[in-house]
Amino acid sequence: MTDANRHPDAHRDPRFNVAATTGSRHRPGMAGGEGGPGESRDLRLGLVVNPVAGLGGPAGLKGSDGADTQELARVRGAEPHAGERAIRSLRVLAAAVPDAVVLTAGGPMGADAVTAAGLRPEVVWTPDSPTTDGADTTDATAALVTAGAGLVLFVGGDGTARDVVAGNTADGLVLGVPAGVKMYSSCFAVSPEAAGAVAVRWLAEGVPTREAEVLDIDEEALRTGRTEPRLHALVRVPTWASRTQARKAPTPESEAAAVFAAAAGLQAGLEPGVRYLLGPGGTVAELGRQLGLDVSLLGVDVVLDGALLARDASEAELFVHATAGPARAVVTVIGGQGFLLGRGNQQLSPRVLRALASEPLLVVATQRKLLDLGGRPLLVDTGDPALDAALAGHVRVVTGPGSVAVYPIASPQ
Amino acid sequence: MSLPVAAKPALRRFHQARWDEPVIFELTAAGERGVVPSQVEPGVRDSVGDVLAGLPDGLRRTAPPALPELGQLRVLKHYLRLSQENLGADLNVDVGQGTCTMKYSPKVNDRLAAHASLLDLHPLQDPADAQGILEIIWRTQRMLAEISGMDEVGLHTQGGSAAIWTNIAMIRAWFEARGEAEQRTEVITTIFSHPSNAATAKAAGYDVITIYPDADGYPDIEAFRRALSPRTAAIMVTNPEDTGIYNPRIAEWVELAHSVGALASYDQANANGILGITRARDAGFDVCHFNLHKTFGTPHGSGGPGAGANGVAAHLAPFLPRPLVVRDEDGTFRLDDDRPLSIGKVAPFYGVVPNIVRAYAWIRALGAEGLRAVAETAVLNNNYLMARVLAIPGASAPYATGRRRIEQVRYSWQDLFTDTGITSEELGVRASDYGMHYWTSHHPYVVPQPFTLEPTESYSMAELDEYADVLAQVAREARETPDVVRTAPHNQTVHHTHHDDLDDPARWATSWRAYQRKYGSGT
Repeated sequence: MTDANRHPDAHRDPRFNVAATTGSRHRPGMAGGEGGPGESRDLRLGLVVNPVAGLGGPAGLKGSDGADTQELARVRGAEPHAGERAIRSLRVLAAAVPDAVVLTAGGPMGADAVTAAGLRPEVVWTPDSPTTDGADTTDATAALVTAGAGLVLFVGGDGTARDVVAGNTADGLVLGVPAGVKMYSSCFAVSPEAAGAVAVRWLAEGVPTREAEVLDIDEEALRTGRTEPRLHALVRVPTWASRTQARKAPTPESEAAAVFAAAAGLQAGLEPGVRYLLGPGGTVAELGRQLGLDVSLLGVDVVLDGALLARDASEAELFVHATAGPARAVVTVIGGQGFLLGRGNQQLSPRVLRALASEPLLVVATQRKLLDLGGRPLLVDTGDPALDAALAGHVRVVTGPGSVAVYPIASPQ
Repeated sequence: MSLPVAAKPALRRFHQARWDEPVIFELTAAGERGVVPSQVEPGVRDSVGDVLAGLPDGLRRTAPPALPELGQLRVLKHYLRLSQENLGADLNVDVGQGTCTMKYSPKVNDRLAAHASLLDLHPLQDPADAQGILEIIWRTQRMLAEISGMDEVGLHTQGGSAAIWTNIAMIRAWFEARGEAEQRTEVITTIFSHPSNAATAKAAGYDVITIYPDADGYPDIEAFRRALSPRTAAIMVTNPEDTGIYNPRIAEWVELAHSVGALASYDQANANGILGITRARDAGFDVCHFNLHKTFGTPHGSGGPGAGANGVAAHLAPFLPRPLVVRDEDGTFRLDDDRPLSIGKVAPFYGVVPNIVRAYAWIRALGAEGLRAVAETAVLNNNYLMARVLAIPGASAPYATGRRRIEQVRYSWQDLFTDTGITSEELGVRASDYGMHYWTSHHPYVVPQPFTLEPTESYSMAELDEYADVLAQVAREARETPDVVRTAPHNQTVHHTHHDDLDDPARWATSWRAYQRKYGSGT
């Protein structure tokens, strides 16, 4: 480890091994920032490892959710590597802060890796049995948060991220150490070592934060050939340019600005007298924030002339609004496959969509999300092939104020 | 007695100078001076009086400027040390700054630019006394007109983006003159075009529509058709794009733009791969620009002043910046300032004259055949280097797979990253330990884990081999000794920098005064 990665005061600063709060230099404003100078933050680092994460990947099982799958993976000769990836991450921390104490769970859920990396674990939770499952991850995360962890590193994949969210009751900072089979979520660092480097810097001086999507795909569906990413939650993650995966892109800070700009461009184009059905997704949620509305993050909301008419509306409610006057649906890209409709927003049903204006969709996305498609079209899968065909073609995608892309839409077939 | 010279290792054992040199403001010593002017003689003082007495209050400082105070030798050492801490274009195999066309800038042309007959000229000198330099400017205009196929060329702009701005400013003026300014509100570009095309269009007040590549890596022509409308003012595109991919349907794009009454603007900042092979006007473009500091051998911005050139078809010629250097029928040259439709001034005086001289000398030294040889050599070098790079496990060239590229390639380390967790940025930093460097890409990254190489015509096969050997070594290290790569650089002046500081208004400091304000003096 070079001296550049080590905080100059790392050896003697008591903040590194005792619980303490201090002023941080979190980045104010913008979509990704929260908290300004003087904000307190808890400087204890937490770690939770999903020991079986990634097991199903080498075994060709597209995931590791469920005890049966894990057993099958073992039978096929797969060996867990989550612990090893945790150690890779912690070694970066150990090199910079040799005397760091890490709050963690017992045995393979963290303490083993902490010790192997040459650091001291402070075990705050221990699993009941050697065979762990998602509930253990959730319980361990809750214990870490209770014990005062200001940043929880979790080692696993999308499924682990979901379990961590469930235990992260105080909405604290989390960061994924990539070790799963599926990692569609944007809450992961680009590599185990990058996660360690972010943790070092978070301890030393604070880092900017941003909101990240937790997505997961139904593994049962995936094994039968269907890819159905769903948006489960938004979490706050620390970011450091080039070290956090923003949908496989190394410019998270710029991405936060891009989300802000895309939403601002959308807001500038909203027309009076039109009901907007705001679908789920971080970029649409940012529009809600800019409008000063308490929108739902995962549901569909209805906005008319700047007022929130319905929050997390059902399909039936949406149909009522869609038929009450001019209306359009505001949608963004959900998941890495490019779905605009049919993934996480099924409330926007065929009859709702048919009741909308002649240009039913107002599409918003950052350039990053379009580029990640690698030339593949956006997808609509409403369940009504005739409607999908009608929506296919080219659409203007708002990417910022006065900025649009013209991009193809297709149905998955 | 002389001993045999030991064989050099395959990769050079480079080490950058490291002086830990402070910022010059920190070197200040109160009262130290580099030059102490003589006292004014009493007779002079008596006859002139207080020369500052007539200065208006608004022009008077209330406190002296906070400039560093130090002697000449300390200034000399300060800047020599900084220059040694620089992996400059004349030192490394500088093919890693793709899109910048880091070719050799012949030193003999610096001698011409520094010639006393040019240095002693004042920009306001009577044209009758400056016929020589006006002729050089005029001949450079005509040569660039021939190279681009355009009817008229202006040499006012001081950099590439300024030239792109001038393109859209002329387009805007053209539609204003035709009464279509209110109707034409949109400009179309491609995501692989240089981002200054979108940026200048936005700055000029246009909405910008961006076209993405199709699955083959070419700009999606169906999306382009859908984007065109009577609202379209112009298309502003680069070709070959920053990927090195040449859009083979470019003439069709221009025709489609013209079919809705729009103009077509060609970003030829980097024309190095097409000199003497294709011309902007032959593809139907109405306006184009060159960077003299990319294609035409003059030093770069940051390494020297940049310089742009704007070429226009006859219908846009009245809109060029003024004054324009023209030749009268009697063979004399003058500055034509009587251009009522001109967009006006885009820079003081007549452009970056020393670079115009350098570009003139560069073009004249090569001649028409030489220019074409430049392009052919640059393309050959690029495709040779591509073959070497693609042989490195973990490297790839996304889009247009299997096809040749023109003068540069945007590569990807995505496969290596997947295997090792080592990013392109980390690999590039490690390459600097071997005395080489590369740049990743503009943001947002259009290919994952990118690196962009442009070998130009200036490098020998041995140098390209050396560069490829360094990349292969660094990629091997990513697999075998990843910690060495991750903690690189080890032989450099500075180590890691924190990029997100540059995105954070609370942290960035673009001046010493801002640094003191944000971080306090002495930190």
